[in-house]
Amino acid sequence: MPETPALSVRNLRVEFPTRRGTLVAVDDVSFDIAPGEVLGIVGESGAGKSLTGTAIIGLLEPPGRVAGGEIVLNGQRIDNLPREAMRHIRGKRIGMVFQDPLTSLNPLYRVGEQIIETIRAHLPMSEREARARAIELLIEVGIQGAERRIDGYPHEFSGGMRQRVVLALALCAEPDLIIADEPTTALDVSIQAQIIQLLKRLCQERGTAVMLITHDMGVIAETANRVAVMYAGRIAEIGPVREVIKSAHHPYTRGLMGSIPSIEGTNDRLTQIPGSMPRLTAIPKGCAFNPRCPHAFDRCRRERPDLMPVDHSLAACWLVAPQSAEARS
Amino acid sequence: MTDSPFVEVKGLSRVFDVSKPWLNRVLEQEERKLLRAVTDVSFAIGKRETVALVGESGSGKSTVAKMVVGLLPPTGGSVTIDGVDMWSIADAEKRQALRRRIQMIFQDPYASLNPRWRVGSIIADPIRTFGLAKDRAEIEHEVGELLRLVGLDPADASKYPHEFSGGQRQRICIARALSSKPEFLVADEPTSALDVSVQAQILNLMRELQDRLGLTYLFISHNLAVVRHMAARIGVMYLGRVVEIAPTQELFSAPRHPYARMLLDAVPDLAMTGRPRKMVEGEIPNPISPPPGCAFNPRCPAVMDRCRREVPELEAAPKASATQATACHAVAEGRI
Repeated sequence: MPETPALSVRNLRVEFPTRRGTLVAVDDVSFDIAPGEVLGIVGESGAGKSLTGTAIIGLLEPPGRVAGGEIVLNGQRIDNLPREAMRHIRGKRIGMVFQDPLTSLNPLYRVGEQIIETIRAHLPMSEREARARAIELLIEVGIQGAERRIDGYPHEFSGGMRQRVVLALALCAEPDLIIADEPTTALDVSIQAQIIQLLKRLCQERGTAVMLITHDMGVIAETANRVAVMYAGRIAEIGPVREVIKSAHHPYTRGLMGSIPSIEGTNDRLTQIPGSMPRLTAIPKGCAFNPRCPHAFDRCRRERPDLMPVDHSLAACWLVAPQSAEARS
Repeated sequence: MTDSPFVEVKGLSRVFDVSKPWLNRVLEQEERKLLRAVTDVSFAIGKRETVALVGESGSGKSTVAKMVVGLLPPTGGSVTIDGVDMWSIADAEKRQALRRRIQMIFQDPYASLNPRWRVGSIIADPIRTFGLAKDRAEIEHEVGELLRLVGLDPADASKYPHEFSGGQRQRICIARALSSKPEFLVADEPTSALDVSVQAQILNLMRELQDRLGLTYLFISHNLAVVRHMAARIGVMYLGRVVEIAPTQELFSAPRHPYARMLLDAVPDLAMTGRPRKMVEGEIPNPISPPPGCAFNPRCPAVMDRCRREVPELEAAPKASATQATACHAVAEGRI
């Protein structure tokens, strides 16, 4: 990429030390997000997608810790910063949107107070300027009668409206990166579509990079430019969204796509991947997907594949390795 | 459809009283507050058929499910299953016999299994309650068969629910529902707590079981794609009413009610056809004070004066098949 990526993650490793040994929840994850780009991170529960997000913003709950790798935000390394310095980056340079808007807003403070407080914590503004800016932001995220609603409490807003407020909160200090962790999962479909469009439009206008974590492939297909599919703590496949959805290279991605019921097409039976994702305590040797993979061969059970280039994507699968294609043919 | 359907729901309504206590009402001079969760819902399910209800949160679909299985008394209307009225006192004895033939599968397999019971006892509970087996050996045999039927191992009977993953737990719930040899299953969001790959396993299992055991399903979900995959006919609910009911193919190829169109448009598109989307305006109104007339009128693009005054009836649209019905003035008048 010619320009510096807004976010660059290199070989990230997140560990949880437990009495029965160390669990590796995120293992050797690397990706870049360009300014203005939306990178989708998908995977099933326990794949490590949310932990990747929390590791980037430095909010891992102990005993979880970043055990290796680098996180670089616009050229500045942020994974080894002291807590105080990280506090200034969170909210200012990285905005966050979480699944449940009710838990990300303080129920005891007016919506306006929360936005104004956040603006003033990061930008040198007077109370009055900050309030004007807060109203501007609320209008921008589509809240009708923002001058009046700014003095409302979170419980006076509906779910979709609350998520709009959270979005305003995330954008208020003009961050370089927004991490959105399942931003639409708690919302109804009609509201979900509104929020996705809004997130996409606002970030495109500002050139904000977005890391969109979700388990919903539909949301990714509508929103993301590129997508990373995670399985058992590692990236199984990463590439342009069209290629990953239409012609995936990794058998897991293919299975995942086949298992999603669609509102078009006429498939009678859904493809099903046998079994379920391994627990962190029992990740199989070799490729973590090999016990469920219909194409597994000897090498998959012995060696763990790294991401290998194929078409415009990278896939961690021995099937796409040039020499194994020869060996199998 | 045959002349008398297996399950028939007629004019079903449920009102919840959500007012404050009497003293508060007197002191604060407040009126009684009534929440009309379900209003005048009618549909029929033929034997071995799957009918689904879709809708967003607060549309009343789960309340309908609870009234159909008999967990919640309706405030109006009737549910008739195989000729027996679920809620009339006259049919009390027949109803007892009917109970065995109806079972329910719930959304959250973590909350619907008793964590202190072994899986075997959980599945055997309906068998014991209805006295379907002679002795222990027969119960054990039966439980083993059920576990095999849902794709688990008979040896799993001695384990506890926490030893299973979400998908396996939902299989246990299905085994429990099947243990009384029911003919009619009501599934309330059976897969929404599960990951997609596991969801596919459960949906496939439910269809296999339907073919094998000749089950009839009422399937409740908010997910249009799931419903399309499972059901032969679909009822779309909005704020306690069915606004459109149609065969699956027809609903997805030619939705008539503006809300059904909007809902189909809003679903994120995996096929990436890049079809233009009409943006959905507004949100579901508060069910305690719904707008007068058609409840959808504040969000409707085809709204007119009549919609704000009169509640539209569910009736066949012009040029539609006999099994399709829409509750919309604009559709009835042929304007859209």
